[in-house]
Amino acid sequence: MGSTSAENNGTAGVGRRDLIKRSAALGLISVPTMSFLAACASGGGDDNSSGNDEGKTSKSNPFGAKKGTKLDVVIFKGGYGDDYAKAWEADYEKKLGITSTHTGTQEITGKLQPRFNAGNPPDIVDDSGAQQIKVDVLYKNGQLLDLAPVLDAPSVDDPSKKVRDMLIPGTLDPGVQEGKVVALNYIYTVWGLWYSGKLFKEKGWEPPKTWDDFIKICQEAKKAGIGGLAHQGKYPYYINVAIMDMIAKKGGIDAVKAIDNLKPNAFVGSAAAQAGVEAIYEVVEKGLLMPGTNGLTHTESQTRWNQYKAAFITCGSWLENEQLKQTPSDFDMKFLPMPLLPDSKMPFEAIRAGSGEPFIIPAKAKNLPGAKEFMRHMLSKEWSTLFAKQANSLTILKDGVDASVKLRPGTQSTVEASKAAGDNTFRYLYPDWYSEMDTAIQNASNELMAKRIQPKEWLKRCQAAVDKQAADPASKKNVHE
Amino acid sequence: MRKGQYRFVAGFLFAPVLLYVVFVIWPYIQTFGYSLTDWKGQSQTFKFVGFANYRALFHDDVFMQAIWHNIQFLVFIPVITILLALFFAFMLNAGGRSKAGGVQGVAGSKVYKIVYFFPQVLSLAILAVLFNAVYRSDGGGLLNGALIKIHLVDPDNPVEWLNEPHIVLWALMVAVIWQGVGFYLVLFSAAMQSIPKDIYEAALIDGANRNQSFFRITLPLLWDTVQTAWVYLGIIAMDMFVLVSSMTQNMGAYGGGPDHHSDVMATVMMRNFLYFGKSGYACAMGVVMLLLTLILSVFTLRVTRRERIEF
Repeated sequence: MGSTSAENNGTAGVGRRDLIKRSAALGLISVPTMSFLAACASGGGDDNSSGNDEGKTSKSNPFGAKKGTKLDVVIFKGGYGDDYAKAWEADYEKKLGITSTHTGTQEITGKLQPRFNAGNPPDIVDDSGAQQIKVDVLYKNGQLLDLAPVLDAPSVDDPSKKVRDMLIPGTLDPGVQEGKVVALNYIYTVWGLWYSGKLFKEKGWEPPKTWDDFIKICQEAKKAGIGGLAHQGKYPYYINVAIMDMIAKKGGIDAVKAIDNLKPNAFVGSAAAQAGVEAIYEVVEKGLLMPGTNGLTHTESQTRWNQYKAAFITCGSWLENEQLKQTPSDFDMKFLPMPLLPDSKMPFEAIRAGSGEPFIIPAKAKNLPGAKEFMRHMLSKEWSTLFAKQANSLTILKDGVDASVKLRPGTQSTVEASKAAGDNTFRYLYPDWYSEMDTAIQNASNELMAKRIQPKEWLKRCQAAVDKQAADPASKKNVHE
Repeated sequence: MRKGQYRFVAGFLFAPVLLYVVFVIWPYIQTFGYSLTDWKGQSQTFKFVGFANYRALFHDDVFMQAIWHNIQFLVFIPVITILLALFFAFMLNAGGRSKAGGVQGVAGSKVYKIVYFFPQVLSLAILAVLFNAVYRSDGGGLLNGALIKIHLVDPDNPVEWLNEPHIVLWALMVAVIWQGVGFYLVLFSAAMQSIPKDIYEAALIDGANRNQSFFRITLPLLWDTVQTAWVYLGIIAMDMFVLVSSMTQNMGAYGGGPDHHSDVMATVMMRNFLYFGKSGYACAMGVVMLLLTLILSVFTLRVTRRERIEF
């Protein structure tokens, strides 16, 4: 230890130890706030100097995308990878002579927030994943282009038709903010239960159509020493799929709309909501969950399910691609719509289906014509097939996969389920509109699954979240019709 | 001072001070500016709302709860880490059997010192992965697996460590303390070794036992180092962002579950800032965090001020 001390230094000023201590104190102040401040420091003004040099428009080039220009493409590199986008970009360059700068990343927020703030965003973005910038947030900041011109342009495959008429009905809905389509949710997803065809064959179980049969299979599974229902508990998003689907099927589309439109009886006083949540709670109460599933991450619980540790799991149709490596080759992954409660308004075949993976065009993009033309091509059969090949998934283009592509068993079963469902599909829009309300409902579901609250309290909490959102005047502009 | 010395000093200070102003002070001022607006985070358009964000903050149960969790961390993490580190450091340096001719650590103290330091080389991300495996909520977790083996836990109802409102904070603290003790042990050892051995020997001759020599000699002479450790551990306790967001149940984003029972100021702030798009509001939280840490550091330095002993 040294021997200088501040007290003895007299007029000489700050002693060495004091200096060290003070700088340590400064550090104490600055460190916790540091990461936040880095995000907060803004890049200055909003000059709108977009060099949107438009070329000549023509029938085959309705936006006048100009040869020799550059396109800045940012793709979320998650479960679907980004090879499909590279294939598109190569084709785009070949056809239109527009070269793309490609960025494949998981850090959408980290990479793009500063660019949006500084007014130099990319031209087209796949804004997805855990670190997406929420579409409602971007929209409220006036950063998104209204995609109507793209959707009303002639289709690449059949110029006599508009692009929007070539899409599966309803798939544009989740990208709507206050009546405008501002995000193109490109991938067609179905949500529900999943099981192993092999396990069910071995045990002689029939895929259940009613809730009673579902509970019976869970009980038999329990007897056989495996769990009934698994869910990705660390992310209560997933069990919400099951709960909210039960509510929708029991109460019909009106129950869905009541929640999306923030009705005062969306949860409390809704017989469908009560029946739906009580059904899921029955699984908890009878001890039919896979042990420990409430605390597992999505990969942990999905992998357990792949190891035949549970009969069912709840998920969307990205499951198969996500679990490619963990799934045994003879697993025979199968999709199942949520089983029905008695007196349900929707048939068994009804499923939550719709589009995911929002693609956006920033309003301040430098090459708007190029971006619009790119999106128009995304909705062609050729590019949709490229996607199905590279990413094992369907797009929102009607009949959008060339017959030459052979699908995996899980994806194949979703195609069949979609066909069987026909027009009986539904979709909640509140998660895309109200992140905060969605979070509160997820939180309540987490407590429900851990048996810390009962269905009655769950309904109360969800209603409180709805009421809180309804009090925000901005929410009046969103209507699920 | 000699002529020219000021210019010399100023020349060296200019660059760091400039950097500090641009990258630390200016963002603080900006944050305060934003905290008075309804900024939504993704563009430069916003309205001035006065102190509305601050008023809302004091009615925000989640944020208030988060402050309380930070305070709990602030009390327990430094106390437990420092006590453990002091105990181990004393045992390694002066806790051995007193033989004729001196004071020494317990047998094998050099090996222990290295082993204790291991956790410190792990990054927080790896620490999170490691303790996620320890606390895993099914039979595959280290704790649950062991407890099931010895029939203390029912395999059908494993303990969901990080999903239990009364356990989750402690579970996080164990991880932090486990990682921290080694570093402070080394810090305290170094300080202890600079205490002249003859002081201990004199005490020994006077008939002091281990406790007495610890409380009467070691601790007073280590006080400066303990104070520094306290400040550093305070920094960790006020933050906790990485562990909470990567280990606990997801509340929309950045962990914080179950039911906000592990939310800390930083996670609530980031969730509001990015996920809910309430960035102006989040900036107000940032300013409150700044004030709290400021008060805390002044308080810490005041309370722990003691007279120094020279040697």
